[in-house]
Amino acid sequence: MPKKITIEPVTRVEGHGKVTIHMDDEGNVVQTRLHIVEFRGFERFVLGRPYWEAPVLVQRLCGICPVSHHLAAAKAIDMIVGAGNGDGLTPTAEKMRRLMHYGQIFQSHTLHFFHLASPDLLFGIDADPAVRNIIGVAMENRDLAVQGVMMRKFGQEIILATAGKKIHGTGAIPGGINKNLSIEERDRFLDGKAFPNIDQMIDWSLGALEFFKDYHKKNKDLIDNFAAFPSSHLSLVRKDGALDLYHGVLRAVDAEGKVILHDIDYREYLDYIAEEVRSWSYMKFPYLKKYGKKHGWYRVGPLARLNTADFIPSPLAQKEFEEFRAYNHGKPSNSSMHMHWARLIEILHAAEVMKELLHDPDLQKDDLVVTGTRQEEGIGLLEAPRGTLFHHYRVNEHDQITMCNLIVSTTNNNEPMNRAVAEVAHQYLAGQEKITEGMLNAVEVAIRAYDPCLSCATHALGKMPLEITLFNSKGEKIDQLRN
Amino acid sequence: MGKEKEYVTITIDDQEIQARPGEFIVDVARRHGIYIPVLCNLKGVKPAGSCRICTVLVNGRPMTSCTTPVADGMEITTRSPELEDFRRSVIEILFVEGNHFCPACEKSGNCELQALAYRFEIMVPRYPYQFPHREIDASWPLLLKDHNRCVLCKRCIRTIFDKEGHPIFAFRNRGHELEITIDPEYGKNMTDEMARQAAENCPVGALLYRKKHGFEIPIGKRKYDKEPIGSDVEKRKKEKVS
Repeated sequence: MPKKITIEPVTRVEGHGKVTIHMDDEGNVVQTRLHIVEFRGFERFVLGRPYWEAPVLVQRLCGICPVSHHLAAAKAIDMIVGAGNGDGLTPTAEKMRRLMHYGQIFQSHTLHFFHLASPDLLFGIDADPAVRNIIGVAMENRDLAVQGVMMRKFGQEIILATAGKKIHGTGAIPGGINKNLSIEERDRFLDGKAFPNIDQMIDWSLGALEFFKDYHKKNKDLIDNFAAFPSSHLSLVRKDGALDLYHGVLRAVDAEGKVILHDIDYREYLDYIAEEVRSWSYMKFPYLKKYGKKHGWYRVGPLARLNTADFIPSPLAQKEFEEFRAYNHGKPSNSSMHMHWARLIEILHAAEVMKELLHDPDLQKDDLVVTGTRQEEGIGLLEAPRGTLFHHYRVNEHDQITMCNLIVSTTNNNEPMNRAVAEVAHQYLAGQEKITEGMLNAVEVAIRAYDPCLSCATHALGKMPLEITLFNSKGEKIDQLRN
Repeated sequence: MGKEKEYVTITIDDQEIQARPGEFIVDVARRHGIYIPVLCNLKGVKPAGSCRICTVLVNGRPMTSCTTPVADGMEITTRSPELEDFRRSVIEILFVEGNHFCPACEKSGNCELQALAYRFEIMVPRYPYQFPHREIDASWPLLLKDHNRCVLCKRCIRTIFDKEGHPIFAFRNRGHELEITIDPEYGKNMTDEMARQAAENCPVGALLYRKKHGFEIPIGKRKYDKEPIGSDVEKRKKEKVS
């Protein structure tokens, strides 16, 4: 009997989404879709507002990584006030923004690995959902849970010190930053009195990597082959090929590692990237124009970044990067679960970058803002925790925004997540007479690997509020199951 | 008839106070460290009595303290559950009547309406939001007018004049379409200093000085980041009326 399985909402991700899986009479999977069911509308209601509001306004898109939107918008607005193209700020302004951004990467990645993903690894994909959650992690492995909480706190404290608030601050302003880092603020991150210090963060980041690598050794098949499929990978890289999450040029490689987008100036992104709209999702499908809608899709995020970058400019993370690349024989990794590995290497890198910045005397200087010749258009890109984030604005002679285009990180991963769902549905559900909760969680695990931020934060923890509806071949509902 | 008294004796919240005849209640209270919330009132400027937030009970009758001069023997109550609820309701009306989205407003932290809402611990207004459709007037080079946030306090109309004494600002339209406007002729005389002062006098984010943006002040250093609105009055040492 044909079936339609609906997973709604997908849990332990940011935002609301649902999955539908259609199966035919023989139990073959005939169609899978990840639907994004929210509508945000920020591109529309930012119109008419004065441009200097953009960095503060658009960050309300999200409660998990608002800093990414804040900074991407600020970079775009920098262009509008004539403060260069992402690299024209004063050393203090750029370094304060970088510190804010790496603090954000650190807290967001930590949140994902410890709070959202670790229950699947600790307890198994098909474990009892009453245990398979962050509370279960706290009961089973207290140290891991405490580290997760304290690491996230550290990142949030960095954001507070640079942006003025832990969530939705105002630090980045057109052409720079509105504050520096005082000695007192800096020392909180070094002396370990208020919370564990930056050296402890680096140690715990290494510990989390060891935890993952140990798990990998014991679960090679799951980590290497679960939801694995070839794809292209896209990210910003520094001009010299280094991993850089704040600024760089756009590079893409194919599944074999061949460079297919050659370090282009991101202001030309519209020449290379287009978006397709499909009727069943509010999320668009971006693709590389050169390769068309069918073959031009790509992955973004930690895995893509480690696949495109030539090296990581911090010693401990570089060592881990070399191990990661060697494991994949120098080629891009196309395994969705390697996303966790890549994310943990980035956590370590973010901690190292924060340490370096905290010791940089430029952060205590007072030269905060630059301006130049006013422009009508601004484009700002950066690497958000979940991948490449595009902000693009046009303003009129009265300083009002007349056009806004946002390609949010998770949007870039739309097609890959759909592919991952299809892979897992075929692997776990095809031909099964009885569909178990564990099988459905496998679908969620694949989506979760991408750490999708489907909109503002939703906190559906624990037991999945699943609803499964069975349809016959005429589309009539024959049964409905809720847990 | 005898000589007019040099001062009158009133009581504010059971406290006997001497004040000069003709002084407004709100000013006397302020001087004695008694905070009466205001929004349209601006110290030293002829009062308008338009917002009604400063309403107190004078001999049991509600009156606006910013427009009522003291008189001998007045018994004034500035605080009671009913007055607090009335003031709260006025603030709530102002919020629902306009489009006040504090999260993206550069006046946030320096906004008197927002500060009053915090002081009165307003979480959700009791009235339905009106979501009026209002425009931004960005056509003036020094000043941006956002009608979404205007509370029609007339502070700009009452305080900003050109060198010849012509008011730069005025009201136009009637009823729910009432809005502030910049006089097309006198507005041309607006100097940088006038624009800056108009934005500073605006209690909300309706008038924005275009050369310096509110976000340039970091969170933590804005006017109401440290203390609730009215704290300066309440901390003031009572002065003896001479």
